Formats: sequence, C-alpha cells, structure tokens
Amino acid sequence: MRPFAYERATSAEDALARHEDGARYLGGGTNLVDLMRLGVEEPAKLVDVTGLAHDRIERTPDGTLLVGAAVTNSDLAADRTVREEFPMLSRAVLAGASGQLRNLATVGGNLLQRTRCSYFQDASKPCNKRNPGSGCPARDGEHHNLAVLGHSDACVATHPSDMAVALAALGASVRVVGRGGERTVPLGDFHRLPGAEPQRDTVLEPGDLVTAVVVPPLRMPAAYRKVRERASFAFALVSIAAALDVRDGTVRDARLALGGVAHKPWRAGRAEDVLRGAPATEETFARAADAELAAAEPLRDNAYKVPLARNLIVRTLAELGEGS
Amino acid sequence: MDSEATPVVAAIALVVNGTEHRLSVDTRASLLDVLREYLGLTGSKKGCDHGQCGACTVLLDGRRANSCLALAVAHDGAEIVTVEGLAEDGRLSPLQEAFIEQDAFQCGYCTPGQLCSATGMLNEAEQGWPSAITEDVAADPVLDDAEIRERMSGNLCRCGAYRGIVAALREVGGEGARP
Ligand SMILES: Cc1cc2nc3c(=O)[nH]c(=O)nc-3n(C[C@H](O)[C@H](O)[C@H](O)COP(=O)(O)OP(=O)(O)OC[C@H]3O[C@@H](n4cnc5c(N)ncnc54)[C@H](O)[C@@H]3O)c2cc1C
Ligand code: SF4
Ligand code: FES
Ligand code: FES
Repeated sequence: MRPFAYERATSAEDALARHEDGARYLGGGTNLVDLMRLGVEEPAKLVDVTGLAHDRIERTPDGTLLVGAAVTNSDLAADRTVREEFPMLSRAVLAGASGQLRNLATVGGNLLQRTRCSYFQDASKPCNKRNPGSGCPARDGEHHNLAVLGHSDACVATHPSDMAVALAALGASVRVVGRGGERTVPLGDFHRLPGAEPQRDTVLEPGDLVTAVVVPPLRMPAAYRKVRERASFAFALVSIAAALDVRDGTVRDARLALGGVAHKPWRAGRAEDVLRGAPATEETFARAADAELAAAEPLRDNAYKVPLARNLIVRTLAELGEGS
Repeated sequence: MDSEATPVVAAIALVVNGTEHRLSVDTRASLLDVLREYLGLTGSKKGCDHGQCGACTVLLDGRRANSCLALAVAHDGAEIVTVEGLAEDGRLSPLQEAFIEQDAFQCGYCTPGQLCSATGMLNEAEQGWPSAITEDVAADPVLDDAEIRERMSGNLCRCGAYRGIVAALREVGGEGARP
C-alpha cells in the first residue's frame, strides 16, 4: 500500500479545505481500506469525516427523516424511529455485510461504496471503471452477478449497496456540500448509469462531501427482500425494495426499486406506472414486472436474473397486497 | 527509496485490554497489525485481511469490529478488548467456558474472532437490536438459533464448528439461557 497522510476533519468546511487532488474522504474504511490494500485506490491523503457533527438521526415535524452521513449502518438500523416508521430501511441495512462491518460502516460510505466486479478489484486486469479506456473483461468474462439493465459497452458492473435500494424506493435525497456550496440530489439522480464514463459512479465532483440523507415519510406497507448465494453475509444477486398501498382491491400507490441488476439502484418507474390504479392481483403484478424487465439485456451468464427479478417482484407485491 | 514510498508516521494512544499504549504507527497500519505486530497480541487472527472472515474481530469502544479494515490512526484514543482481555482475574468469561463445554472449535483459528464477535453480538441483542431475519424489526428480538446464526454470519469457521458455536451462544445468551 502506498503511504498516505491522514487528517481528521472537524467540520464540513474543514473537510472541504483539507480535500485536495489525490485525497479521499474516510468513513469506516470498510471499502476504501480494502481497495487500498488491493492497490485499486492509492490516495495520497485520507481526510477522516467520521468526527463531523453529521452523526445524528433526526425527525422533522412533517415526519421526514434526516440521517447524518457519519451515522453507522448499525445505528441507523437499530434506531427506534427508523424501525417503527421506516422498517424497510432498517431491514435493507441489516441485509448488508455483517454485524461487525455494519458497526464500522457509515451511511456516506455505504452510498459511495464501489462495485464488487472482480476485475475492478484486481489491479492487474484491464477495467474501464478503474482505468478508463483499458477495456471491460467482464462483458465476455465472469459476469454472472453483473448488470442486466442499463449497462453499456464500457461497463456492466452493479452497485452493491442494499441500503441505497431502499432509499431509492423511499424517494430519498442526498445532501452534498462542495466548492459551490450545498445542494440536494435526489437519490435516483445520485448514482449514474455507466454510459461512456464508467469511472464515475455518481454525479459527485471531486471534493464533494455527503453530509446527510433525507428520507420523506412513507405511509404504506413496505418490504425489503434479498436473494443471494448463501443465507447471509453475501451481496445481492437481486434484491427488491417495495411498498404497496391497496384500498378496496385497487393499488393506490406503489414504490419499487431493484438492487443487483444495474450500475445504480434501479427505481422501477415503469412497473409503478402499471401498478397505480390497477386491481391488486397477481396478474397486475406480473404485468408490472414484465413492463419493467422488457428493457433487460442479459449477458451470456446472467440471464437468470430476469426471471429471478420477475418472481421477486410478483411475490413481494403479492405478500404486501395480502397484508393490506 | 523514492520519496513517495516514505512511510507516514503518526502518534496515537490506544487502551488495549485495560492498558494504555502510546505508539508511533505507520498510517497504513490496521488495528489488527498494531495488535499483532506492535503489541504482540497475536490472539486476533489475520484470516483474510478483507473483512470477509471475522477472525480479526475485536471490541472497539464496546462494539465488535473487523480490526483488519480499521486503520489504527483513525482510532486514536479508542478502547479495545481482544480475546486476551475477555477473561477476568484469570477466570474465563462464561462465553469462553461455554465454548469449551460445547466443543465450539476444532483448530481454534477462528475462535478469538468468534468470541469477541459473540460478546459484542450478545450486547447488541440485549440492547434490542434487530437482525435481517427478525420478524418484526420494531419489536425486541428473541435470540433463537436462527437469530444467533444470522447475527454471527460475519464469522466463518473452516472447521465447521458452527453447531457447537450456536450451542455455546444459546447457553449463554439464547432464548433458554440461564438467567
Ligand atoms: C465482506 C464484505 C461484505 C459486504 N457485504 C455487503 C452487502 O451485502 N451489502 C451492502 O450493501 N454492503 C456490503 N458491504 C459493503 C459495506 O456496506 C461498505 O463497505 C460500507 O457501507 C462502506 O462504508 P464505510 O463508512 O466503511 O466507507 P469507506 O470505506 O470509508 O468509504 C467508501 C467510499 O465512500 C467515500 N466516502 C465516505 N464517506 C463520505 C462522505 N461523507 N462524503 C463523500 N464521500 C465519502 C470514501 O472516500 C470512499 O470512496 C460489504 C463489505 C465487505 C467488506
Ligand atoms: S464491468 Fe465495469 S467494473 Fe467490471 S471490468 Fe467491466 S468496466 Fe470494470
Ligand atoms: S481478517 Fe479481518 S475479516 Fe478476515
Ligand atoms: S475452529 Fe477451525 S476455523 Fe473455526
């Protein structure tokens, strides 16, 4: 690992001032330190942002949840308000990593974790995300767990976060402070599709600091489901965050986001459009799933994700429908 | 040596198993490296160095954490308990006793991490933290075998001593634990 300077920021302004070319913000380090050890990241300086005052979970009078970027994944999942009012978020966070990793990992770091594509993590291999223009060996190589939606010739990676999938369904947004001041980015616009610039996971500019996540209240039954290769402590093959409001047999409102299928948490807007106003039947749920997945372009070894996602959508919605 | 490769050194203090240490550490050193290489506490193991196995788990300010991914420099002032610090006055903790009684290890390589992780896990359950499989995340969880397995999934055991580990945890903190 290349030597690096370490500094602790005391405020957002201080963090911005300390951030310079070649620097990285440090959260819990559970992704960044790993990537530094692999030689994928070689920062000259780490600016530790866990000491900032962004370590609180607050509730505004209208029910909106404000989660500081330095809040640990564990504290978010165990928070009473989150468990009672946003149980889907709690469950998504708990579905990720392990107990001891969640104790270190922060909300900011979770959003900004990099893909688990094995070529990206192997610094001896070409990879357009790590080394733009070097090629994408995953496209014809090992890609059984990579994207089926929204990928490009340049990159077929997936975003690994569970938490972000729940936040996408919840219509959350991300507070960012950068050189140009503060701004709020809807979660759906925060992560990017790879296009011709897979090296950019998000719309953040160098030096931009995530300070909080803002989650509007959601008053419908919701669920988070994750399918993986073993029962626990594995990344998603496909995951789903769903919420369904059914009254008198009709879907009033629906929220749907998929994980493990794309370069970003995939908000399933087409499926939501089919659902709203339709009878809450399995036939509708299947139509909604098909509408969303019509755009899928599976690779040689990951076509299984399409029926997996379809079944997961139908089953999760059916269970939510029964409960209401 | 080119200047780029010159190590950066930082002064930190750590309280490890009740004893304070003032150290100059390479900024690249993980807590695990510091415990093993600087302090000679080799109980915590380097199984993978990537957060995947749990053999390096210690209690960091009271919570279980993978010491391989935690940079020492980022935890200046922290209190750490390793497997060497679980016994009190030469007496094994109830959990350590239960591991022996229930045959919860074979080669023992994963055991220090299992013990520290389990100690932290039981605290979390006592505080009412839910897990991914808790039926109602808003309710206080009941620590049955399935909950124990889910909560301990960050600790792998190549010898497959899981049955004994779950039995030990059931005995100390599970549903039917003696009060
Ligand atoms: C073995 C293993 C299994 C895992 N399994 C899962 C899983 O199943 N599901 C899942 O969702 N995740 C999983 N993870 C990933 C884990 O959730 C992330 O590593 C963690 O959330 C990252 O948070 P952190 O605070 O440690 O980030 P760090 O590693 O500190 O940082 C990650 C990135 O975010 C940047 N960053 C951090 N904070 C900020 C900020 N405030 N503003 C701007 N940039 C910032 C850093 O510069 C860095 O680029 C797993 C990790 C491991 C090691
Ligand atoms: S899929 Fe993306 S991350 Fe993986 S090798 Fe191709 S360019 Fe790199
Ligand atoms: S050595 Fe830390 S998790 Fe394997
Ligand atoms: S006892 Fe050998 S690895 Fe667990």
